[in-house]
Order: sequence, then C-alpha cells, then structure tokens
Amino acid sequence: MPSTTIAGREIDVDAEGFLTKPEQWDEALAESLAANIGITLTEAHWVPIRFLRKDFETQKETATLRRVSTVGGIPVKELFALFPGKPAKKMSYVAGLQKPKGCV
Amino acid sequence: MRSLVILGGGTAGTMAANKLRAKLPRAEWQITVVDQDDIHDYQPGYLFIPFGMNAPEQIRRSTHTFLADGIDFVVAEVDIVEPADQRVRLVGGRELPYDYLIVASGTTPRPDQTPGMLGDHWHDTVGEFYTFDGAVALRESLKRFTGGRLVMHITELPIKCPVAPLEFVMLADDYLRQRGIREATEIVYVTPLDGAFTKPVASRELGHHLEQRDIHVEPDFMIESVDAERKVIVSYDEREVPYDLLVTVPLNMGADFVGRSGLGDELNYVPVDKHTMQSTAYETIFALGDASNIPTSKAGSVAHFSVEIFVENFLQLAAGRPMTHRFDGHANCFVESGGGKALLLDFNYDTEPLTGTFPLPKIGPMSLLKESRANHLGKLAFRQIYWNVLLPGRPMPLPAAMSMTGKNPE
Repeated sequence: MPSTTIAGREIDVDAEGFLTKPEQWDEALAESLAANIGITLTEAHWVPIRFLRKDFETQKETATLRRVSTVGGIPVKELFALFPGKPAKKMSYVAGLQKPKGCV
Repeated sequence: MRSLVILGGGTAGTMAANKLRAKLPRAEWQITVVDQDDIHDYQPGYLFIPFGMNAPEQIRRSTHTFLADGIDFVVAEVDIVEPADQRVRLVGGRELPYDYLIVASGTTPRPDQTPGMLGDHWHDTVGEFYTFDGAVALRESLKRFTGGRLVMHITELPIKCPVAPLEFVMLADDYLRQRGIREATEIVYVTPLDGAFTKPVASRELGHHLEQRDIHVEPDFMIESVDAERKVIVSYDEREVPYDLLVTVPLNMGADFVGRSGLGDELNYVPVDKHTMQSTAYETIFALGDASNIPTSKAGSVAHFSVEIFVENFLQLAAGRPMTHRFDGHANCFVESGGGKALLLDFNYDTEPLTGTFPLPKIGPMSLLKESRANHLGKLAFRQIYWNVLLPGRPMPLPAAMSMTGKNPE
C-alpha cells in the first residue's frame, strides 16, 4: 500500500488517495484533505463528517448518502451543495474513510 | 416442547427449516415457517426472462413442496414481532409464541420510495427485473423496443444481487445485436457509485467489458425523481439522463414488519453479528439471507453459505453450548456476459474478488474474473441444483468458507 505525507504526517492511502487506516485521521488532517479537493470546511461540512466518523465506529462501513440523509438528518440536496458533484466520495475522503463500494 | 418460528420461506428460510428439521428431534422442537404466499421463485431466473432465456414457468414452484415433513407452514402476513414477549402476531389475529425466531423475509424493491417512479409507465417504459411480474413485463417492453436510449439505473445500495444490472446491460447488448438494432441503441449504465466497478482487481480485470460493448457509464448519479412525461431521470445535483426504455433497480428495503417491530435499521434490515447472524439486540432472534445487515452481497450464495454456519451454531445453542462457528461473508456469483459466456466471482468480507480458477487450482473448470463458456454452463446448471439439492437441504460439495485455493493473491 502506498503512503503519502499530508500536513507533515505520513499517512497510508490507497491508489485513489483514500485513507486505508481510519485511525490515522483527526480533525486537523480533515482540513488538509478537504483543501486537497478544493473545499474549505465550514461548520456545515463538519456535521456530515462527524456523522460519518461516528457511524463508522459502530457499522465498520462507510455510510451511504441515503444513510447520512435518513439517519444523520442532512438532506441529500444539502450534501450535494456542500460537496459538489460527488458527495459520497468527497465526504468519505475528507472523513478518512473508504469510499462506498459495490461488490466488484 | 420448544418452538422455532421462521418468518420467510425463501432461499434462507427454506434451507434453514429443512436442515434443522433433519437434526432437531420432533418430540422436542416445533418448526413453523410463515410466508405471505405459497410461491417460491428461482430468483436468479428473473434476469433471463426479459431475454427469453428462461420461460416464466421454469422458475416458479410452490413453497410448501420444498418444506420437509414435520414443518408447519402458515400462509399469512406478519403484523408485528414482540421480541420482549417472544411472540409473533399475524394479520388476522393469530399469535405464534417462539423460543427462537429467524427473520428471513428478504429484501424488496420499493419503487414507491422514488417520486415519479410509479404510474401508468410502470412495468412499461419504466421497467425492472427483480420481481416475477416485472421480468415478464420487461420481456414485452424489450420486444417492442426498436432502438433509442436503453438506460439501466441503480437507485442506491445495497441491492439484491448487485451484479445483475451489469449482467443486464451485457445481455441486452447481445440481445439487441441479434435483433439487428444494437447500432440504433445507446446503452447507458447509471450508478450512485463512482463507477461500474469499485474494487481494484475487478476494475482492472473487468473495466474493458463495458467499454468494448460501447456501454456508457454515468457515475455518481443519486436519483431524486423520474419525470416520466419528459422521459428523463433527474439527480439531486440536477443532472438529467434521458431514456426511451428505463430499467431501474428501485430502492431495496427489508420487510415493513421488521421496521414496525423496532428490529430494523433505516432500511428495515436487522442488525446482526456478521459472523453468527444473531441479532445485536435480542439473543433469541437471528436474521438470515437478505433480511440482515451483514456487509456482503445480498445473494443466494450468501444465504446458502451463511445458513450452513447458522445451522451448526443453532444445534450448539439448542444443546446449551456456546456457538463456535463463524461466517466469513463468502459469496460466489456468476455474472452472465452474453454470447453464451459468463464470469465468476468468489469473495468474502476480507478478500475482494480475485483472478484464478474455481474450485480447483489450474484445472478449474471455472475461471474467476474471466469470461468462459464453463462459467455460463455452471450458471445454467445451477437452477436444477437449487431445486433439487440446495432447497431440500441436501449437502453441497462446496465448503461454506471461502478458500484461497486456485486464487491469485495480489
């Protein structure tokens, strides 16, 4: 597995840059990850990111957009406004989790 | 007398009932299966119906004919489960007390959950192949299709048999060629994920299959509504994909009674320990097959392998011993690719689909992540194995746990 240096720290990532060890993540790192994809985090961004992290602790899986919306209570429209184009992928990237996957 | 109640007489419920009936003494255990009807479909056959590769009557049987003697079969709808009182209430008032309960009520497509999906166009210009009626209706829609945009769409994961939409577009490519209208058709694959393939090895090995068939992928598409008048699907970020024939996979949800009973997550799937399928909330409840939230494919093979583990564990539990068997998430899925060929996937919770041969090293006869005739014949043969070996609970010469034998590790 490749690794990269973000915010002066050695981080394990996959070929697309997603963290492979969610425990290496913290909120300071999230700011750097967001900056990598052109997003400046506001309090509105933190709500879904914190939900994803909390949900991952119990589910061991990255929540789908629908789950963020129905369980996390954030409308899908808003997620698209916060993370334009690809909210599922961008949110999981910033939250230091794997992107949602299919079986192949 | 102890009582085991199984809600659902599909693949998982029928297998579990038959295997346990053969092992649990009749004088000590009553086994009851509840289903809302007496119909058992071979669900992998749905995909073949639109293309005339299976006749509808080949895939439909009666549930009760597959249940062994000594199993009570009740045709009724479940009103609610009352886990604190260990009791199931059926619509109409009948009550079934239980010592242990198995929720095996599967997952169901829910077109009502997407605005505009239902209407006069449903099972006509907006079709699906995850129900018997839908598959038969789609056969007629495809017959009438003379070219234009054929759009295969997935609403949101998880879905039953997640490879079926891929199979559909590859079979459609073949079918339209044979009818001489492939050149007049654009095939589009619309997915909420960031591509048709999301696992590294599968992406590398299979990515070209869609490209060489000229199938266009529209990724990251989260549907907000169907506009059947304008014949477009609209995403939350206001992209529009026009169609002449839309084939959709509606949102999949577990049974409503699971939600009503407080047993489910946001999609009515029962949260369970992924290795034992035991409810995380109630020790007396298990969920088998598509009804649980285990993080692997909702597929018949998973139901089959997990039921084998469950039965071993349940016999220990019934004898007052701890459960020692652990399910590894094993799935084994054929992927029809058209032209009389198919691919094969074999994976589990920890191992993504890899290349290699199956089940034997080098010899196969089936190949993993690669098109072959042998894979296709394996898929065709499986319908008879399903009716005659799997459902009755007879032993299959395939281990429940995934094996690395024959696989090429990365």
